[in-house]
Amino acid sequence: MSRVTGHPLFWPLLALALLLVVNVVATPSFLDVRVQDGHLYGNLVDIARNGAPVLLVALGMTLVIATRGIDLSVGAVAAIAGAVACVWIAGGAGEGSAGKALTGCAIALVVCLVLGLWNGFLVSVLGIQPIIATLVLMTAGRGLAMLVTDGQITTVNNATFSRIGGGFVLTLPVAILIALAVFGLTALLTRRTALGMLVESVGINPEASRLAGVRARTIIWTAYVFSAVCAGLAGLMIASNTNAADANNAGLWIELDAILAVVIGGTSLAGGRFSLGGTLVGALFLTTLAATIPNIGIPSETNYLFKAVVVIVVCLLQSPQARASLAVRRRTRPAPVEAGAAA
Amino acid sequence: MSAGSVTAHAAPSAWGRVRTYRPPSRYLPVLATCALFFGMFAIGGVRYEGFASSQVVLNLFVDNAFLIVLAVGMTFVILTGGIDLSVGSVVALSTMITAWTLRDGWPPVAAVAAVLVVSTGLGLLMGLVIHYFDIQPFIATLAGMFLARGLCYLISIESIPIRDRTFFDLSAAQIPLPGGLYTTPAVVIALVVVGIAAFVLHRTTFGRTVYAVGGSESSALLMGLRVARTKVGVYAISGFCSGLAGLLFALYMLSGYSLHAVGMELDAIAAVVIGGTLLTGGRGFVVGSVLGVLVLGTIQTFISFDGTLSSWWTKIAIGVLLLAFVVLQRLVTRRQP
Repeated sequence: MSRVTGHPLFWPLLALALLLVVNVVATPSFLDVRVQDGHLYGNLVDIARNGAPVLLVALGMTLVIATRGIDLSVGAVAAIAGAVACVWIAGGAGEGSAGKALTGCAIALVVCLVLGLWNGFLVSVLGIQPIIATLVLMTAGRGLAMLVTDGQITTVNNATFSRIGGGFVLTLPVAILIALAVFGLTALLTRRTALGMLVESVGINPEASRLAGVRARTIIWTAYVFSAVCAGLAGLMIASNTNAADANNAGLWIELDAILAVVIGGTSLAGGRFSLGGTLVGALFLTTLAATIPNIGIPSETNYLFKAVVVIVVCLLQSPQARASLAVRRRTRPAPVEAGAAA
Repeated sequence: MSAGSVTAHAAPSAWGRVRTYRPPSRYLPVLATCALFFGMFAIGGVRYEGFASSQVVLNLFVDNAFLIVLAVGMTFVILTGGIDLSVGSVVALSTMITAWTLRDGWPPVAAVAAVLVVSTGLGLLMGLVIHYFDIQPFIATLAGMFLARGLCYLISIESIPIRDRTFFDLSAAQIPLPGGLYTTPAVVIALVVVGIAAFVLHRTTFGRTVYAVGGSESSALLMGLRVARTKVGVYAISGFCSGLAGLLFALYMLSGYSLHAVGMELDAIAAVVIGGTLLTGGRGFVVGSVLGVLVLGTIQTFISFDGTLSSWWTKIAIGVLLLAFVVLQRLVTRRQP
């Protein structure tokens, strides 16, 4: 039993299961999944599809956080990706062609790659704190996205493009398949090669791992590039869902959701260890929470309140100090902090 | 900046002393911000008619009084090496509480007191969580941010107008200055806050401890300084300042709304960084943050005077300035051992 409860994914999975139980109690048909016109429909499919962009962003964020960094710019990068793709598709002749959609997405992803290189350069070469280095792009990024769309909400009419967010392949939504493919690829690369261990070693001590022969700078740089490309993919998904690029609101607060998903999954913000499976559960938990609140008859705007409670509970569970004070065996010696305060 | 403060080596001439004067390196970032502000203003004065007037300068204060108060609170937090992401949401919550209590017929004094108690309490709570449970400030204040926005929606999803007589009069009040100029009570409040903050930081034990904790928390602890009290205190101060800024914002907008002040925490952080405060803590001045706010305000004035520039250039310009100052800070700190 203790092996089950001791598993890092036990508590996140339990929380997710609890949420689903609450939903089933409120609406008994909540878990129903039906096939209609060869497509899967149902609340669970909706949750997975809505969770796809958050999962993508959170995957990149997981690796960045594992290197003891953070990437605040992902929301802005997602907005830029959507803006670039939509403006490219809407401009010129052949708006509906598949080729135009594909080149648009490719250009958007290349732009994101460049933005990731920029973030990585600031952090790994100039040695600027990650929070502030990515804050630059977070502030300027939405301005850049508006520059691309000229401040308008650019709408597109392209069947291939709208398939990214809303299409189906083999009865499953494309968005879920893309997110799962990226998840599988990341898991393969980090857990079946030494890459994951190297990322963790950089997160624990960049200087020591550099002395041990790990290319710390390259690894940190790559993590930011990966994060930006994931954010770009998520941005394309969001834009394709609405068939429009909204520079102001696309991917708004997605960086906070992604960080939250990573934290819920048990990845420490102090860097040095990460759990991709945890991130997957975390992202699903957040989207399930968002679906639960209207389902049990509470206005969906109060979502924030529940998120706050989740953050506080998760942080307290992860904090050694809080665990110690919760433990039955009370410590007799005062914590060093209190000793300092009394002096 | 008097030349006399330089220790003379071989009694050079007065001009020699002025010529070789180098301001202490800790003032360099603030001086850079100062130069930037005056430089931008000079360019504006040359390019646009009516830009270089005293009323435009005063309007920078009038339109950004709440941001000045917010940046002052943020300066305290950043000086200890922390960060407070909750300030924008707390401003929104404060406008909401103000509008809600006034609509329910509370006297204005009680409404103001309620706002300040709630915001200071929130800040205090975050400080306690950050210090005693050793949770990163980033994530703890993120929770505070969600909490405050959620509470806004709990009060009301719609915008609530403020129709109270006192608030109405205060928001319309103008303080005449010589030369046909005017300012508002909000500006006076903001400047008083700046003055008190500067006094606390430079003339009290608490202020010294703030710098010490930012310089090195473990050293401060070993020196027997009251680290716990200081670390919790700065978040309470930031909460109080957010509440006060929220009241000023409520005066400015005359309504309470859950979507007020979205992203204002970024403006406050940007102002503090542009003002030359080091994000790693331990170095910076409140005056710098005020200058940072004025620089942000000047960018906006630029864009409204120009008319051909679109509003998104504000964001890009802030990003570029942020970058310039972060790189500058990096160079300044790298040169020292």
